Amino acid sequence: MRPDPGKARLPVIEGMFREESDGSGRLLGGRCPTCSAVFFPKQWSFCANPTCDGSTLDDVELSTRGTLWSFTDNRYAPPPPYPARDPFEPYGVAAVELAEEQMIVLGQLASGTDIARLTVGAEMELIVEPLYDDGESVRTVWKWKPVQDG
Amino acid sequence: MGDQVVVLGAGMHPWGKWGKSFVEYGVVAARAALADAGLGVADVQYLAAGNTMRNGYPGYVSGSTFAQALGWRGIPVSSTYAACASGVVAIEAARARILAGKADVALVVGADTAPQGFFGPLPGDRPTDPDWLRFHVLGATNPTYFALYARRRMELYGATPKDFAAVKVKNSRHGLANPNARYRKEFTEDEIAESPVVADPLRLVDICATSDGAAAVVLASAEFAARQADTARQVRIAAVSTVTPTYPNTYLDMPDIATDSAIGATLPERSFRDSIAHAAYEEAGLGPSDLSCAEVYDLSTALELDWYENIGLCAPGEAESLLHSGATTLGGRVPVNPSGGLACFGEAIPAQAIAQVCELVTQVRGEAGERQVDGAKVGLSINQGLFGHGSSVIVTR
Repeated sequence: MRPDPGKARLPVIEGMFREESDGSGRLLGGRCPTCSAVFFPKQWSFCANPTCDGSTLDDVELSTRGTLWSFTDNRYAPPPPYPARDPFEPYGVAAVELAEEQMIVLGQLASGTDIARLTVGAEMELIVEPLYDDGESVRTVWKWKPVQDG
Repeated sequence: MGDQVVVLGAGMHPWGKWGKSFVEYGVVAARAALADAGLGVADVQYLAAGNTMRNGYPGYVSGSTFAQALGWRGIPVSSTYAACASGVVAIEAARARILAGKADVALVVGADTAPQGFFGPLPGDRPTDPDWLRFHVLGATNPTYFALYARRRMELYGATPKDFAAVKVKNSRHGLANPNARYRKEFTEDEIAESPVVADPLRLVDICATSDGAAAVVLASAEFAARQADTARQVRIAAVSTVTPTYPNTYLDMPDIATDSAIGATLPERSFRDSIAHAAYEEAGLGPSDLSCAEVYDLSTALELDWYENIGLCAPGEAESLLHSGATTLGGRVPVNPSGGLACFGEAIPAQAIAQVCELVTQVRGEAGERQVDGAKVGLSINQGLFGHGSSVIVTR
C-alpha cells in the first residue's frame, strides 16, 4: 500500500531513530560512559568492547552527515519481513561512514536518488521517509540522501 | 605431525533441486564417504553434523537426525550451526574429539534442502534480531551486501563488471567436468552481460544460487589411519581455522546494519577475512606460496577476487591482474575453485564448506579427472558465515 500522507507517521521500529519537524532524522544509538564506544542500533544495555566492562549505555544521537562508503540498488523484491509495495518499487541502499563515530551505517537511499550519479566519498545526510502503510499509520525509516551542492 | 587428523573418506550427493528431504541427501553423502574410507557405520565413534534452518526440528538436531537415519548405535553426536561456516565448525568438533583421544573415527555430515530465490529470515516479528531487522527495515538481502562489496572493489581498485564476468567464465569452465556440480554450462562474457542486474553492479549470474546437496567426510586419528590396509589415499588435515572477528570489526559484515565503532579501541592487526586464512596458515606452518589450489567462497564473482587477497595469493588491488594472468585457472600456478565453486554449485548452506574440503581431498589425491590440478599437494578452503563465522581448512598430501 502506498503511504497515505494524511496519516500519523511512526518509526518502523520505535527507538531506532527520530524524525525532526524538517524531515531530517536522528539515529538513536548507545554510548558507553566508560570507553565512549558507540553502538547502533542500541541492541543491548551493556558495552561490547572486550577491554571495557561497562554495564550501561547512554542514549546518543549519531552524526547526521557522513561520506558514502559504497552503494547499490535492489531491483527485485526482498522476501518478508520486508514490507514491499505491490507493484514492487526498486530502491537504493547506501553504506555511509560517520567520521566522529568511526563506524559505517547502512540505510536505504532517499527515493528518487539516481545511483548512476553517485560516487563513493560523496557527502550524505540523514532524512526520514515513508517505508510502508500499516493501515493505521505511515511507518517511516531513515534514509541517506546526497547533500546538494551549494 | 603425529597428532594430525586424517581424512579417510569423502562423499557427496550431487547438488541440484531434487525435491527430497535433506536427510536423504545426507545419508547418501555419509555412506559414500564411509565407502570411500573402506569403513562402515559400525566404525563411527562420533558424528558431527551441520544444521539447516529451513527444515524444521530435524534440521536443528542434525547430529541425531543423521545418527538415527544411519541406524542408532549409541554414539555421541553434535549439531552445529554457524551459517555458511557450519560444515567446518562441525569438522572442527570432530577433529577436537579425535585429538582429545575420545574417538578414533568420526563422521561429519552437512545437507540442505534450500528454497528458491533470496534467503530470508524465519517467520515472526523479532526486532531484536539483526537478521530480521536488516530485511524489515532496509530490505538488505545477501546480494545487497555482495553488491556493496563489489562496488567498493570497483572504487578502491578500478575493478569492472568485465572482471567479475571473467570469474564466472573461469568457474563455469572448471565446473563442466564435475559430476557433483548443479550447473554444468559454459558462460561467455556476452551471455553474462545479458543477465539481468539484481543489485548494481552485480547481475543474476554473478550471484550464487541456492541448492539442495550434501557432503560428508570421515576423519580418523593418525594412529587409526596408520593401521589401515591402504594408506596411499589418506589426506592430512594440516589446519582448521574457525575464527571470529576481533573488536572493533569496522567492516560491514552480514547481517549488520552498522559496524562496530572504532572509538577508544585499537584496530585489529588484520581484517576479519584476512585473519581467517592467517590462523590456518599459522597452524599448518605453511603460507600462500605453498598452495597448489584453493576453494574460496564465491557467493559472488566479485567476492572471489577479494578472497585472492585475503588468502595472500596477491596484494590488495592485484586480484584482477592475477585472474587475467591465468594463474587461478586450471593449468595455472594456483587454480582457484577447480570444482567450479559456488558459481556451479549454488549454496547448500551446511554442506558447502564440507564440499570445499571434499574437492581439496579429491585434488590432493590426484583423483579429480578432467579438473585435476597438476601435482596438487596442498589445498586451502575458505569461507565466511553470517554473524562472524570464519572457516578455513588446509589439507596436505
